[in-house]
Amino acid sequence: MSRLNVSLPGLDLKNPIMPASGCFGFGDEYSKYYDLSLLGAIMVKATTITMRYGNPTPRVAETPSGMLNAIGLQNPGLEEVMRNQLPALEKWDVPIIANVAGSSVEDYVRVCEKIGDAPNVKAIELNISCPNVKEGGIAFGTSAGIAKELTMAAKSVAKVPVYVKLSPNVTSIVPIAKAVEAGGADGITMINTLLGMRLDLKTRQPILANGTGGLSGPGIKPVAIRMIHEVSRAVDIPIIGMGGVVTVDDVLEMFLAGASAVAVGTMNFTDPFICPTLIDELPKRMDELGIESLETLIREVREAR
Amino acid sequence: MLQEMMTVVNQKEIAPDIFEMTLSGELVKEMTKPGQFIHIRIPRSDLLMRRPISLAEIDHSNHTCKIIYRTDGEGTTVLSQLKQNDLLDVLGPLGNGFEIEMVAPGDVVYVIGGGIGIPPLYQLGKELFAKGATIYFLNGFASKEVVYYEEEFKKLGELFIATDDGSCSIKGHVGNLMEEIVLQTKTPKAVFACGPSGLLRSVEERFDNHPHVYLSMEERMACGIGACYACVCPSKKDPAKNKKVCDEGPIFKSGEVII
Repeated sequence: MSRLNVSLPGLDLKNPIMPASGCFGFGDEYSKYYDLSLLGAIMVKATTITMRYGNPTPRVAETPSGMLNAIGLQNPGLEEVMRNQLPALEKWDVPIIANVAGSSVEDYVRVCEKIGDAPNVKAIELNISCPNVKEGGIAFGTSAGIAKELTMAAKSVAKVPVYVKLSPNVTSIVPIAKAVEAGGADGITMINTLLGMRLDLKTRQPILANGTGGLSGPGIKPVAIRMIHEVSRAVDIPIIGMGGVVTVDDVLEMFLAGASAVAVGTMNFTDPFICPTLIDELPKRMDELGIESLETLIREVREAR
Repeated sequence: MLQEMMTVVNQKEIAPDIFEMTLSGELVKEMTKPGQFIHIRIPRSDLLMRRPISLAEIDHSNHTCKIIYRTDGEGTTVLSQLKQNDLLDVLGPLGNGFEIEMVAPGDVVYVIGGGIGIPPLYQLGKELFAKGATIYFLNGFASKEVVYYEEEFKKLGELFIATDDGSCSIKGHVGNLMEEIVLQTKTPKAVFACGPSGLLRSVEERFDNHPHVYLSMEERMACGIGACYACVCPSKKDPAKNKKVCDEGPIFKSGEVII
């Protein structure tokens, strides 16, 4: 067993690094540039029951050490994802985490029911936290009761473990985390983007056509670390941490906060080779910090809390 | 697509706030089509988003390429401060580039550009010139003081300029210019355009049903390689779907997308 191995429900990861959903398309886009089998896993773009066009443009705006996006869950819909996108990734030795979104409980259930049929989908990431769509998304992630109900509904039909992606756009994240754990979630992924806005001084209008968007990038890392730290002390299910990861030190900081694996988001756009670079650099930094293996580190953090 | 730390060979301001930068590196070998772009990481750690900038010139014999850009934000201002021998993180070449296979020696072609959309048309012009085409360049600028590459374009074909304020050549936008030139010349074999969406729309309308009209689109990008779905534009055939400017463009055939 390698010192980078991490074992999570449904996921035996050869290393803990994976691109975050929405920041890696359906994976194939980056396969032109490196061997995707290097990755611990891939969290593919959100899938909804039917095709979604997404929001009008502009959909992105720069912020200090970050980015706002309002893509609006554009995707070709479940049928097309099952027919083309997921099979295209089968040639790579990498587990897929399918991000599932919807605008009603029924929508989520229908996608969750089917998407685990793809042989490479090893887990579902239930997206109850997208800030960029009017119906669904975040509306499910800001109420503990609804989050629990949706988790239970997804679990009742899913053929693979269900991880729930939490929103940071709440007064307190712990009750939501506890609710999804009580609803049977196998794990938590966190954090989704923070709701933000930028205005154009010349036009006096929002830069994004949607008005608001989701803030990501290194600017949000302290928020992610704080929330992972809080949630990891309140629940027993594992956490895949994300939010502003740029360096191997960020990866290890997420582990110290309580994560058991780490997803990289915005930085894929800045440096498309960021994931293989982090995987390559991680052992050396672990040596320097006296970390024998990641499983040992996870255990130590759990025992210390 | 490759990533390389390219070297700044030269940088100069060719008009107020318009800069020409020459870069050298192995990446130049991959640059094969006019209209492609490179995705530049701004050398300042808080500016995360790369800037897509089209290739103005590709020089395989010297392993160099040129970009021309306007400083209208923090990123391009940082870029304009780079000096000779500085290194720049570049991804590319990206995008599909202009199709010019159908152009034969002696064919009349229109190359139409506006403002900061003009740079990729220079490399295109060089390649069309090498094919023996008769080129009519129709370039629009805001005013005389921001006109650039006048002599360069004149070496490749006939250059017509329009300025918004009338301070140089014809007053008005390129659309007016286009009407005049069309009357003077033969029907073009192909039309290539790059510039603001108003310009692209007027080109598309003027050459409705022409089989070889190619339009270079611009949209805010994040990844530049088709993964983030930021830079989309609606497909004309099926408005419920859209096309990614970075990956499926930036050049689209007339009628392919809604501008």
